[in-house]
Amino acid sequence: MSGPLRVAVVYPDLLGTYGDGGNGLILARRAEWRGLDVELLQAVSDRPLPEADIYCLGGGEDGPQVRAARTLVDDGTLARRVQGGAVVLAVCAGFQVVGRSFPGADGEPHEGVGLLDIETLKGAGPRAVGEVVAEPEGIEGLPVLTGFENHGGHTMLGEGTVALGRVTAGIGNGDGGRGEGAVAGHVVGTYLHGPVLARNPALADVLLAWALQGAWLEPLDDSASEGLREERLGTMRRKRLRRRT
Amino acid sequence: MRQQLASAATRAVNAASRRLGRGQGTVAGGRAGLRLDPKLLEHLSAGRQVALVTGTNGKTTTTRLLTVALGATGDEVVSNETGSNMPPGHVAALAGSRATRAVLEVDEVYLPRVLTATAAAAVVLLNLSRDQLDRTNEVRMVAGRWRAALAAAPHTHVVANADDPLVAWGASVARDVHWVGAGLRWQLDAVGCPACEGRIEFGEGGWSCAGCGFARPETEARLVHSAGGMPSGEWADGRTYPVRLALPGRFNQANALMAAVAAEACGVDALIALQAMEQVEEVAGRFTVRPIGEAQARLMLAKNPAGWDELLDLVAGSDAPLVVSINARVADGADPSWLWDVPYERLAGRTVVATGDRYRDLSVRLHYAGVAHTTEADPVQAVVRAADGTGAVVDVIGNYTAFHDLLGAPR
Repeated sequence: MSGPLRVAVVYPDLLGTYGDGGNGLILARRAEWRGLDVELLQAVSDRPLPEADIYCLGGGEDGPQVRAARTLVDDGTLARRVQGGAVVLAVCAGFQVVGRSFPGADGEPHEGVGLLDIETLKGAGPRAVGEVVAEPEGIEGLPVLTGFENHGGHTMLGEGTVALGRVTAGIGNGDGGRGEGAVAGHVVGTYLHGPVLARNPALADVLLAWALQGAWLEPLDDSASEGLREERLGTMRRKRLRRRT
Repeated sequence: MRQQLASAATRAVNAASRRLGRGQGTVAGGRAGLRLDPKLLEHLSAGRQVALVTGTNGKTTTTRLLTVALGATGDEVVSNETGSNMPPGHVAALAGSRATRAVLEVDEVYLPRVLTATAAAAVVLLNLSRDQLDRTNEVRMVAGRWRAALAAAPHTHVVANADDPLVAWGASVARDVHWVGAGLRWQLDAVGCPACEGRIEFGEGGWSCAGCGFARPETEARLVHSAGGMPSGEWADGRTYPVRLALPGRFNQANALMAAVAAEACGVDALIALQAMEQVEEVAGRFTVRPIGEAQARLMLAKNPAGWDELLDLVAGSDAPLVVSINARVADGADPSWLWDVPYERLAGRTVVATGDRYRDLSVRLHYAGVAHTTEADPVQAVVRAADGTGAVVDVIGNYTAFHDLLGAPR
């Protein structure tokens, strides 16, 4: 790789509602703390999408979500860069956007960017809102995943696409299985907020290693994140025990 | 008859609840009353001039300012001062009073229902931004509901912040709008045009959508800051009045101007209203210095990124020790991801103590923001530790329940 590592937060003006912009910041800081040259880009929707090594998409409201998908399809950069090996972390509305199709506010299907072979339909029941714990599945070597979901979609995975994790608490993709998120190549989708990389720094380092072609990353002081993980996972364990007794 | 019974029940439950020390009783009493008479809010509003205040940030302060302003006439004014801003709280406040004027703080989502029930003379629409994400009250949805309700209320004076595109969209269908240039620091929730989903561009003195032409309306009054001088309200008809408050912050000056325009719509001269507001020194425990443990603290409330953005401005210039307390209980919203939308980077160089139920979430955020900090699970201990025995007044910012925990902490 020549030049700095470029991390782009995609359309913070449309997909910036749920604090997921933090994922871009976390990736950039973790690269910087290891002495890497890194550039964090806030890629707004009225400009061409910049060339980057990692793209982060976040959650957003229904209207802006449709606009984000249309703009990304018309722009073409994201799909082209993924062909070229770029890494993608797409959360919630962003997760749905990088699939084949997703529902707008009216429930009608809209075309996605098609980076993941997934399809999202409008759920019939209440929204999935709450803490999630998931055993990792789609990426090797990760510890248990923790996050907060808040969505009304049912996401079905196509053949050849694996879930990021299996939920032990929470709803996840809501497709009848217990899958959470999806992984294909270097594209990761998830419903987890928190933001997801604040709660799961190991996932951040997987994305960085992919972008750096497998370069070894020295460990960082993650005591703050470790404390948060212990507290969140401990709270969920106690909740489950209480429910059993 | 039914109404009198229901009113009496509301007062009785409130009194009992207060005697039993189970809070101020406003919600319990109000619920009891509404169960006996579902139309109790309609009945209690009849014959009174009711003004409503809503928006994401500044509701409690603006309600207090408007209450004081309308009271400048010598009339008695009743208000839901405890911050219970849904119908049970409104009913409880009104049932205990014969005042001919009422100022009610209203939860954003309840505005349509309360507007219909009270046939309000005036409604103040402050701003709309992300808050309590787990409730799914996405801001465009709320603006849409306001729009429908205001279109059906032709006799209400609508005092609306022209600088907030979401508020403007909600208010633009009303028959009688008093547009106020109150400012909008936090613009991230308003970039997508609420009318056409095009893109709103913000510039000097206004905003507009390139797609459909929806743009900032002409204002009746606006907040003006001359360099180094006193902020003032400038009316389109040529009047200029100083906005001189004991309360700190630009956002409170904006709240005061909105309240002044609303006061005028309710028949009270704006100058008299603004002069009355100068006397307000604290609002429900905010901004005043009070003892906490063995320390002195100035308590402030910020519960979402827009509120934080304003308060960071206020505390950025100070070198007082700072305690930040974050909870994620029901009233706060269960997902504190919004901490990542707050520019905490501006606190770099300050002494910060992170506390509250969710101090660990905050600690991770501060870590990535490059803000040196310590953590302390107990909020009172956090304040004491921040003061470090120096006698310095500690700035304490909490979100909703974190603020109220410290407000109720033993002195």
